[in-house]
Amino acid sequence: MGIFDRFRRSATSAATTSVTSPDSATVAAEQKGIFARLKQGLQKTTRLLQTDVRDLFKSQGQLLDEDFLNQLFALLVRTDMGVGPAQEVRTEVQEHFRGRVVEMEELLGFVRAKLLTIMTGDEAEEPLRRAASGPTVMLVVGVNGSGKTTSIAKLAQLMRNEGHSVVLGAGDTFRAAAVQQLTVWAERVGAEIVTAPTGSDPASVAHRAVARAIEKPCDICIIDTAGRLQTQTNLMEELTKVRRVIAKLIPDAPHEVLLVLDATAGQNGISQAKGFSDAVQCTGIVLSKLDGTAKGGVVIPIRRQFELPVKFVGVGEGADDLVRFEPQAFVDALFSETTVGL
Amino acid sequence: MFESLQEGLQAAFKSLRGKGKLTEANMREGLRLVEQSMLEADVSYSVIQDFMARVTQEALGQKVLGALDPGQQLVGIVHQHLINVMGPVDPSLNLKGDLTVFMMCGLQGSGKTTTCGKLARLIQGQGKKVLLVAADLQRPAAIDQLHVIGEQLGVEVYSDRNEKDPVKVCQKAVQLARSQHLPVVILDTAGRLAIDQELMQQLSNIDRHVHPDQAYLVVDGMTGQDAVESARAFNSALELDGLIMTKLDGDARGGAVLSVKHVTGVPIKFIGTGERFDALEPFRPEGMAGRILGMGDIVEMFRTAQETFDQDQMRQTEERLRQGEFNLEDFRKHLDQIARPGLLQKMLGLIPGMGDLKKMMDGVDAERDMKGLFGIIDAMTPRERRNPQIIDQSRRIRIAKGAGAEPQAVNELLKQFDGMAGLMKSMAGKGMGDRLKMAQDIQKQGLFDPGGRLAKPKQSTGKRLTNSEREQHARQLERERRRKKRRSD
Repeated sequence: MGIFDRFRRSATSAATTSVTSPDSATVAAEQKGIFARLKQGLQKTTRLLQTDVRDLFKSQGQLLDEDFLNQLFALLVRTDMGVGPAQEVRTEVQEHFRGRVVEMEELLGFVRAKLLTIMTGDEAEEPLRRAASGPTVMLVVGVNGSGKTTSIAKLAQLMRNEGHSVVLGAGDTFRAAAVQQLTVWAERVGAEIVTAPTGSDPASVAHRAVARAIEKPCDICIIDTAGRLQTQTNLMEELTKVRRVIAKLIPDAPHEVLLVLDATAGQNGISQAKGFSDAVQCTGIVLSKLDGTAKGGVVIPIRRQFELPVKFVGVGEGADDLVRFEPQAFVDALFSETTVGL
Repeated sequence: MFESLQEGLQAAFKSLRGKGKLTEANMREGLRLVEQSMLEADVSYSVIQDFMARVTQEALGQKVLGALDPGQQLVGIVHQHLINVMGPVDPSLNLKGDLTVFMMCGLQGSGKTTTCGKLARLIQGQGKKVLLVAADLQRPAAIDQLHVIGEQLGVEVYSDRNEKDPVKVCQKAVQLARSQHLPVVILDTAGRLAIDQELMQQLSNIDRHVHPDQAYLVVDGMTGQDAVESARAFNSALELDGLIMTKLDGDARGGAVLSVKHVTGVPIKFIGTGERFDALEPFRPEGMAGRILGMGDIVEMFRTAQETFDQDQMRQTEERLRQGEFNLEDFRKHLDQIARPGLLQKMLGLIPGMGDLKKMMDGVDAERDMKGLFGIIDAMTPRERRNPQIIDQSRRIRIAKGAGAEPQAVNELLKQFDGMAGLMKSMAGKGMGDRLKMAQDIQKQGLFDPGGRLAKPKQSTGKRLTNSEREQHARQLERERRRKKRRSD
């Protein structure tokens, strides 16, 4: 029960649940830290957007004309959200504020709210799905170099911090030294690892890792996979097989299939989300490398088209630099109120 | 969103067809479409603005050439400009006589280490020995990765697991190369974020102390708007000599290449098109321009075709076509060639103007349909296959039984074959350009609808006269008649 609660707890419900939790103080501190870290990760983005937006409004208010709308459009496009959503926001802003002198606060509030509805969708943001009993299996997929292995290490650290035992499955049997990389991480975060020599069948590694998690027993089993482009049909079929093999051991596993998406990715991210979802039914996204100058806005069209929520955000290179995604925090950090109200 | 820019433009310029000059007013819609297409390809917004301004300047006032519609002409101008901006091509490695040091840098996960391997293989193929240097001391097991690659390629790898300073690792490696007379050194540096001052400093330290002859920036082909920022940071920390764009074997449109080129101004040397070490190709701006505009890439299509199709078989079929022969046996062979998973879609996607068709094919299980067709053809006697005209009612029923299909399916196949045979015969002996035009015509007629079938090419039924022509004709006859009458009088 305690474990469940702690896991489900989101930043907003931290206060209520922490009463029943034995280590309430540390958890509360952690929650704060998470927010701060997410904001810190997005700081660069915010700075860029803020300066530019402020340039738009040199005086108190400005008439909403075509030129101004183009500038707004440019800002939106620069977040990688894509032409479609940017156009949509632009049109709505136009309809709402046509011919008016606009206050910065008013307009940004509008854009923020619009983006928030897209990012939240109809249903409330759900936490990670967990197995009712036995180990919870997570399958991690993504294109080459998106940051799968590092994200798995961070995820494992997060789970370890919550007091769970973790088994890692080194399913990237293709790339040179990928297994070594994950082994190093496993040692650092204190997780067990199941490996196989390079070139062996990733499905068999997954099978053994899940079997190990059941036998031990462990709370969490995270399976790594080799990076692949979503257009490589045979490699995508290989992934489907990995999924199938996992389900043989635990019928409703994998409980989570996480797609690791590079925040620097552009519109190809949409194709990635589609390709991987078709193959292994992704349940969520880990948005990696958000600590650079990239904005990761491509998750907006992905969310809209595939109902695929972002679950975690990678904001640094350390094992602790993975935080739960909060749509409100994401959007707030994009157009932060504190600096907008100047 | 846009499978084909060309089609969007055709719609935008419909009212203008064959009229006068390109003006600001009549280009506006077209330019907007070009811009949108480039945004979807992930070209940076500011770069597009700059680019479009120049294109507009050039296009303004140009006369629309007779055979073209304004849309085609505009695309031509944009396409040519793209090629100019991305050129000039320079895939040479500029190897010096005694020792050339390459330094590879880039963001995390852009594919530096793999590209190092590919480059080493390329240089080795030119008969020069290479020393790979593991200067990525950040990522766990990066050194192991390079060692494994070195083993696979038979290339020597230098690493020092006890040294914490990448500058020293590089210096020692270069010394080693000198003493062993190895002509080429490739430094694999750690991936970093563009805003990480400390790591960027480290990079320029290597640059200052090791003096690499060439510094290459490795860019992920899927990068979005951020490409400008990171390229700018790398370019200011280092003096870049070339770009290598990776992961272009997928469906990324690769617009980042334009952004990076725009910011750095250095030539794009190679593109990475696969995970194998031979998947490094010299950059070709023509292909890339088409890709960015979403117009497909004819050259790439032919390459795919050549790689996948049995060339001898193709030549035989071609020969038979030229003789005006095309029977069900050829039809089957032909189907056999294209009935490979995903191949048809890929090919169609590469043909300009065929984007829509590709979309239509997406939901269709072409392979299963193909199997059904094979079954029917296989149930025929050789004589029937060579001469389908002899297939009558009873033969049809027999074939259907043998193939486990309905007699209608046999009918369908024969009709389809009739259409295809006509098409093939008329295509035979024509040049590639004519054939593509025909293919596009077919698409326009909507005959490629997967549910429908090819119609038999219709014979001409002669010229029909308009009313005025008929009158004129009558008058002329009358005149002739009178003249004859007068003469005979």
